[in-house]
Amino acid sequence: MLLMNIFKNDRPGVWLLAILLVVSIVVPVLNLLVAESSIFHLSTYTVTLLGKYLTYALLALAADLVWGYLGILTLGHAAFFALGGYAMGMYLMRQIGERGVYGDPVLPDFMVFLNWQELPWFWFGFDQFWFAALMVMVVPGILAYVFGYLTFRSRVTGVYLSIITQAMTYALMLAFFRNEMGFGGNNGLTDFKDILGFDLRADSTRIALFLASAAALAIGYVLSRIIVSSRLGLASVAIRDAESRSRFCGYRVENIKLWVFVFSAIMAGVAGALYVPQVGIINPGEFSPLNSIELLIWVAIGGRGTLYGAIIGAMLVNYSKTYFTAALPEMWLYALGALFILVTLYLPKGIVGLRNMWREKA
Amino acid sequence: MSPFSIAALVKKPISLWLFLCIISVPAPQVMAEEIPGNNLLDDAWKTLSSKNYNNKAKALETIARQNPPQALAVMKAMLEGQLYYSKHDKALYFSQETEEHYTFSPVFSGEQISQENRRGFKKVKVNNRLRSTIRQLLAVMQLKHKDADIRLAAVQELLKNPELSASHLIKKAVKSETDSRVITTMRTLLAVIQIENGDENEQRSAIETLSQSLNSSAMNALRDYQAPTEALKNEARSAIKKINDKRDLYAKAETVFFGLSLGSVLALSAIGLAITFGVMGVINMAHGELMMIGAYTTYVVQLLMPNNIGASILVAIPAAFIVAGLVGIAIERSVIRHLYGRPLETLLATFGVSLVLQQTVRTIFSPLNRSVETPEWMSGAWQINEVLALTWNRLYIILFCLAVFAALIMVMKKTTLGLQVRAVSQNRTMARAMGVRSTWVDALTFGLGSGIAGLAGVALSLLTNVGPNLGQAYIIDSFMVVVFGGVGNLWGTLVAGMSLGVINKLIEPWAGAVLAKILVLIFIILFIQKRPKGLFPQRGRAAED
Repeated sequence: MLLMNIFKNDRPGVWLLAILLVVSIVVPVLNLLVAESSIFHLSTYTVTLLGKYLTYALLALAADLVWGYLGILTLGHAAFFALGGYAMGMYLMRQIGERGVYGDPVLPDFMVFLNWQELPWFWFGFDQFWFAALMVMVVPGILAYVFGYLTFRSRVTGVYLSIITQAMTYALMLAFFRNEMGFGGNNGLTDFKDILGFDLRADSTRIALFLASAAALAIGYVLSRIIVSSRLGLASVAIRDAESRSRFCGYRVENIKLWVFVFSAIMAGVAGALYVPQVGIINPGEFSPLNSIELLIWVAIGGRGTLYGAIIGAMLVNYSKTYFTAALPEMWLYALGALFILVTLYLPKGIVGLRNMWREKA
Repeated sequence: MSPFSIAALVKKPISLWLFLCIISVPAPQVMAEEIPGNNLLDDAWKTLSSKNYNNKAKALETIARQNPPQALAVMKAMLEGQLYYSKHDKALYFSQETEEHYTFSPVFSGEQISQENRRGFKKVKVNNRLRSTIRQLLAVMQLKHKDADIRLAAVQELLKNPELSASHLIKKAVKSETDSRVITTMRTLLAVIQIENGDENEQRSAIETLSQSLNSSAMNALRDYQAPTEALKNEARSAIKKINDKRDLYAKAETVFFGLSLGSVLALSAIGLAITFGVMGVINMAHGELMMIGAYTTYVVQLLMPNNIGASILVAIPAAFIVAGLVGIAIERSVIRHLYGRPLETLLATFGVSLVLQQTVRTIFSPLNRSVETPEWMSGAWQINEVLALTWNRLYIILFCLAVFAALIMVMKKTTLGLQVRAVSQNRTMARAMGVRSTWVDALTFGLGSGIAGLAGVALSLLTNVGPNLGQAYIIDSFMVVVFGGVGNLWGTLVAGMSLGVINKLIEPWAGAVLAKILVLIFIILFIQKRPKGLFPQRGRAAED
């Protein structure tokens, strides 16, 4: 009943979920059951690539929630993504155990290399999957809560907010680059072996990760849709369009912003956690401000403030990125730059808006 | 002339006597022995090719005392290991070694010999003790040099190893000395000698003198000082404390100077942004790339005038301003003018521009880093005293930043353009109603901001490598500076840049460079909470969003 109401006005969303469902049935079949010689066979590489796109889509969804519905142009959402990724990476590191290069049962390789004698306190508990899974959500959530609590309460808005979110992710990047932090420094965390006892290189594990990403995206979409169609969502749109007026109407602007922001950060953290086992590495580069800005273009191209637009944008841009960087590596930055310029100038509502424009003309 | 006829140089005893008085005469009574025939000097020259180091040292002292014209060159050659003697007649030679052969030129007379190896010659051997003796003797001989810098170096050399025998000489020299730096160092040297050898009164005045000095030898002398009385001991202790305090003060001054120079770089890169972002409300993410263009302009200018590196920087300054300014105007005309009033969208569009510019530069100049040569007049340092030295390039960057800032303030306050820019930024509609061509003003303002970014690029090109990623490294810092100072306030930008630079350098010694930067970022994030509109917020109607 609830879902019926939520999707009453969201035809594209229903389509999207349907496609997601079809894909998550077809892809495993094509990968596992169809013989490798067949042209319909889907290589594991492609499956992993698709899985990676799905986690990007989840990240874009998270960003669209705060940008499209709260009006916060965050330049630091990749930080939450990376934190979630690091939490998962720490679990995967501890699963390596004695199979590391130095064969230390407890300490990850880079700590042995740095001559550390014992595990730092913040690595405790990460040998348990449930703990790591919790941290994937808790750490980005707490950072978002603290950051949001401070900034929203002091009414930092607009450009200032964008700039300090950028400062946040930049500071985190610099911090994670330091070896003393205990997160592997420059090289980050890599060389993972298995997750929950399953070999990470096995096809079936890859498929499972792909399915998990698809499920996470679907759940994320439904939850976001619930939020935006609830009173909370309507209030946040009101804040986006006229913050002072909403405040004068009696809404607790700070609280509304804060909870949506925290939810979005958690979603980004989950996306990061699913991303890391599929690409097999997490390093401080994921914090780079460039990544945060790039993810905005996914949202902008898809069409912000629609949720499904962000997913479409993330898929499209990342597919073309994979294509261009292989086929015409020189051209990719030109293409990306041109996309930024053209979309903001001529497609303020993204690809999704294009459809509406046609419909209005007709 | 054989080396033994050196006596011919000093035929008149009287002139020799005068000569020695001018040079260095620690013990006048020795002269009596030297005047007849000057065998002593001849013997000394001969002794140099012997094996006994003690004898050689004595011989060198004799030579220094008499100071024949060859003395300086010979001693220097000994230090460098370039003094040889021929095996058959023990005549001294300077050797010069090139890749293929050795050239032996005689110290006194004879023929220059050039050969492929060192056959027939033997090096005059020098050990460490002899080396320090030579340095001391050289210093004594150079005390009368006409160049004050050499005299200073000579006194400093003596200060490294102060000896009682030098005190007489220095006392005399200090009277005729004119250069104040040399006099101060000489006084320190005298005090260092006196504190060890003088009576109590002399020791007291020596402590007094040493407490004024920053020289490390003075410090050591005070530390090693065995005070005969309790009072003197206390005096020495307080003198040490005084010196330490002074050194700390100068160390802090140096940190502040480093901070100011870093702050100038920050301010310089942020001033352009303060105009485009602060005055026009355009978030120009391509600002860093405009700096990069300025840096590449400097590089190209240097390529065009390779024989004139010193002047090339001066040419590059206007060139970078014009090139970056024109690119800026092009960006404004083609992209930004469609997006006024939508600050967050200009952020995305200009980010796209920055990617395109980066890739363009990569295509033209290759992704490799280029380096710009620092002109000679910018290298070296300004030695203020023995502890504090300010490097010229940092000093010039501070001055350059202030000059750019002053020029900008002049443009904004004293010219029609500045007036119109301020009018448009305060109330666009009203300004247009008064006949200001706002589109034209927008383009020129953006060009001005971009041109200043180009100027910042010139400064950066002298500090770091010039590469396609140059801009990215500075864009975040520049935004921080503008936001910290208060958007729309040029003075705020300058103050913010300078203070962030100083804060950064003050934290750096105990936190390390990276952590210092992180702490500064956190500081800014927290500061914005407290004052959401920066250090100097805009007031009045224009401040409203």
